[in-house]
Amino acid sequence: MANEAVKYVWEGAIPLQIHLHKSDVASHPAPPPALVLAPRIGYLPLLIPLIKPYFKDSLPPGEDSIWFDYKGVPLKWYIPTGVLFDLLCAEPERPWNLTVHFRGYPSNILIPCEGEDSVKWNFVNSLKEAQYIINGNCKNVMNMSQSDQEDLWTSVMNGDLDAYTKLSPKLKMATIEDDFSRKASLSSPQSRQGVTETDVAGQVKTARIPVRLYVRSINQDFKNLEDVPEIDTWDDISYLNRPVEFLREEGKCFTLRNAIESLLPEFIGDRAQTSGEERSRDDDNTEEADGLLREMGEIKLARIQGIEMKLEIPFSWVVNNLMNPEFYLHISVLVKAPQR
Amino acid sequence: MNSGREVSDGRLTVEGFSVAARAFADKWKIHNQSFPPWSWVPLINRTLHLSNQQEEGYLSLEEILILSSLEESPEDESLNVATDCLEKEESVDHTILVQNQENEAHYYDFHIVYSSSYKVPVLYFRGYCSGGQPLSLDVIKKDLPSCSVSLLHESKWTFITQEHPYLNRPWFKLHPCGTEDWIKLLSQSSISTGCQMPVDLYLVSWFSVVGQVVGLRIPLEMLN
Repeated sequence: MANEAVKYVWEGAIPLQIHLHKSDVASHPAPPPALVLAPRIGYLPLLIPLIKPYFKDSLPPGEDSIWFDYKGVPLKWYIPTGVLFDLLCAEPERPWNLTVHFRGYPSNILIPCEGEDSVKWNFVNSLKEAQYIINGNCKNVMNMSQSDQEDLWTSVMNGDLDAYTKLSPKLKMATIEDDFSRKASLSSPQSRQGVTETDVAGQVKTARIPVRLYVRSINQDFKNLEDVPEIDTWDDISYLNRPVEFLREEGKCFTLRNAIESLLPEFIGDRAQTSGEERSRDDDNTEEADGLLREMGEIKLARIQGIEMKLEIPFSWVVNNLMNPEFYLHISVLVKAPQR
Repeated sequence: MNSGREVSDGRLTVEGFSVAARAFADKWKIHNQSFPPWSWVPLINRTLHLSNQQEEGYLSLEEILILSSLEESPEDESLNVATDCLEKEESVDHTILVQNQENEAHYYDFHIVYSSSYKVPVLYFRGYCSGGQPLSLDVIKKDLPSCSVSLLHESKWTFITQEHPYLNRPWFKLHPCGTEDWIKLLSQSSISTGCQMPVDLYLVSWFSVVGQVVGLRIPLEMLN
């Protein structure tokens, strides 16, 4: 029996309104948009069997090579749908209006996608990488039988948390000790056993957590999210695929803020600007502290699974409850850049 | 953690990678003059300034010009690198840029990037025509010397298309899983040092294996 937070994550969905791109419209009148509910933990290419029937009679002759864009930005199909939404829509847009293309795949920008196989392959690779980070090796994924791997993938595709919960123990991912989750092991002792050398030593002192951080940086402060400028290209976003070194210290709680700051050292709250030539705009020296603050960057917003996170939340809770099925934690961050 | 001077488990820290990269680039410059030098590209991100305390970056070798031709090159072990590849595009003879399968100019870029997940270097590469159109893997394999192609078939090397971690474009990469195992094998040179390998030599040793898969050989002198 999985805990409530994990159920919330698996049930999360985003209403999409999908428009056929005008250059692919070969019928008159143009077809109306398709309305589809997309699982947050799923991927856009998996929706194609749902979308295609709406548009197939309108397409020009030729072979399909399907891709999506949001306001002109081609969408990276291997990023979970929920993450794309959290990242690209500062002010959440419901339904989320996307454009689908059936021709003209931008292969100089997007890696190729051959439907479900590509998505599955990407999922398994991410899972291997996550396992390598957590366990130090990926032998459990590699040793999984073909049919178990298939079943695991199918459970993710179908959003079947029960099936996934039965299969994921075979991965033997080390668990992160966490004082803040309801212990799922109380209800099913077998299914949540973490099997690593940490069992012998007791609580793990440091652990590596798979994190994918997507950072949007803006120069100006804003009152409302709708004032945040649109993204024109992926070059406006910094992507960091690197593990967080999770530190456990006696008496200290390692928070989400600590985790994000470990990946973005420029935004550490108590680290003053050391460069001598940077000067505060204020002439008044007693406002030196304010000047320093202005020069540092600031984490304005961190979203995980569509939730705007309080940064002081214990990172162990976040990891145990908000990960995606491939064991990666995807964090979308909006930062105000340091003034230079 | 050890001093970072030596690698004992086949894996590198990010600082170790920076050290190893510079050592590799320096040796390459000295011993491999038929190729242009590798350059270090620091990760000063466009929208963020990453910490400069540990200067992170990757190695880049770009615009290697391969003239594919019908005849097999006599020394069939290296990429058939055009000798004028050191010169910039203005001096390239335009007669070779005709759309002709046999004599098309192909350019290659190689990046050696550190993987923080696997703690090993990873080779990314891509090929393109003079117009910038990317080359498919089938076309690239035709440019590779035949011994590279057989290496690909025999062993577990796989080229996968993946997005470059920093450049938002599709590149090919050699899958890194298992790297630390064969690096450990390479470093078992003497019983007294066990599996220790000096960080300086890490990339040289690594490249002596990986480079062969993409047809880039390094002279033996570099391994000293």
